[in-house]
Amino acid sequence: MKARVTVTLKNGVLDPQGKAIANAVAALGISGVDDVRQGKFIEVNLAESDPVRAGEIVERMCRELLANSVIENYRYELESA
Amino acid sequence: MKASVIVFPGSNCDRDAAVALEHITGKAPAMVWHGDSGLPQSDLIVLPGGFSYGDYLRSGAMAAHSPIMRAVIEQARRGVAVLGICNGFQVLTEAGLLPGVLMRNTSLKYICRDVHIRAEGAPTAFTSAAMAGGVLTIPVAHKDGNYFADDATLDRLEAEGQVVFRYCDAQGAVTQAANPNGSQRNIAGICDGSRRVLGMMPHPERVIHALLGGTDGIGIFQTAFATLH
Repeated sequence: MKARVTVTLKNGVLDPQGKAIANAVAALGISGVDDVRQGKFIEVNLAESDPVRAGEIVERMCRELLANSVIENYRYELESA
Repeated sequence: MKASVIVFPGSNCDRDAAVALEHITGKAPAMVWHGDSGLPQSDLIVLPGGFSYGDYLRSGAMAAHSPIMRAVIEQARRGVAVLGICNGFQVLTEAGLLPGVLMRNTSLKYICRDVHIRAEGAPTAFTSAAMAGGVLTIPVAHKDGNYFADDATLDRLEAEGQVVFRYCDAQGAVTQAANPNGSQRNIAGICDGSRRVLGMMPHPERVIHALLGGTDGIGIFQTAFATLH
């Protein structure tokens, strides 16, 4: 199976990189952008074909490594490879 | 005092730490590779500065899960003192030995310059009562030094006296202008509840001799030497 993991900063956590992107967008003359938040996108190919077991693997990966729960949230989608 | 310095791929202050330890304690530390699973018997473990694993994913995240860290965590839980400097501080937070996280500096810039820090509160394995309130001039060199924790954690750290160093001006006043990286409450270093695990962003190992530009880092190693052997 394939997992698509998205890691985002929690609400209330300052995101200086997102802010810099928003400033750069404004410098390009693109208006109407209120706020930018930056995160990470991680694609994982799993040998596991059972969605429940694949979900358990991805869940553990996210919890123990891919996201830092102090500042980040994660979500993921599974699809058959 | 028996000391060990952990060397991760990408560490670049491991030798500086070793020189500082030998200069102050008279004894060279053991250099322990990240892939080793066992540690020599140690009174002090140093996690040095640098860019372990290229700062991939998050600073310190990969190192926190390297084989040697299982041994470091186990030793820390048994009361062995641990000093994490810069990247070492990031590793300690990622490994769960210290709360919070070091985020990207608010300026988004790599900052490499001397800063002033004030030693706070009760003694730790690395800071004596005599050091409390004193101002040290120690260099920082980091892009991810912006200490963040939720308010409840920060309040608990303050209440338990676990904030060990704060960025301040030359006179010791903790001001916004003296905060180089956006750290919450100007936090430059914290310890755990046992007061034997310390993480700090500034580099005391770089200021242990006048020839290196300063001697304000000596007290931290001397205190460790006095309390840990």
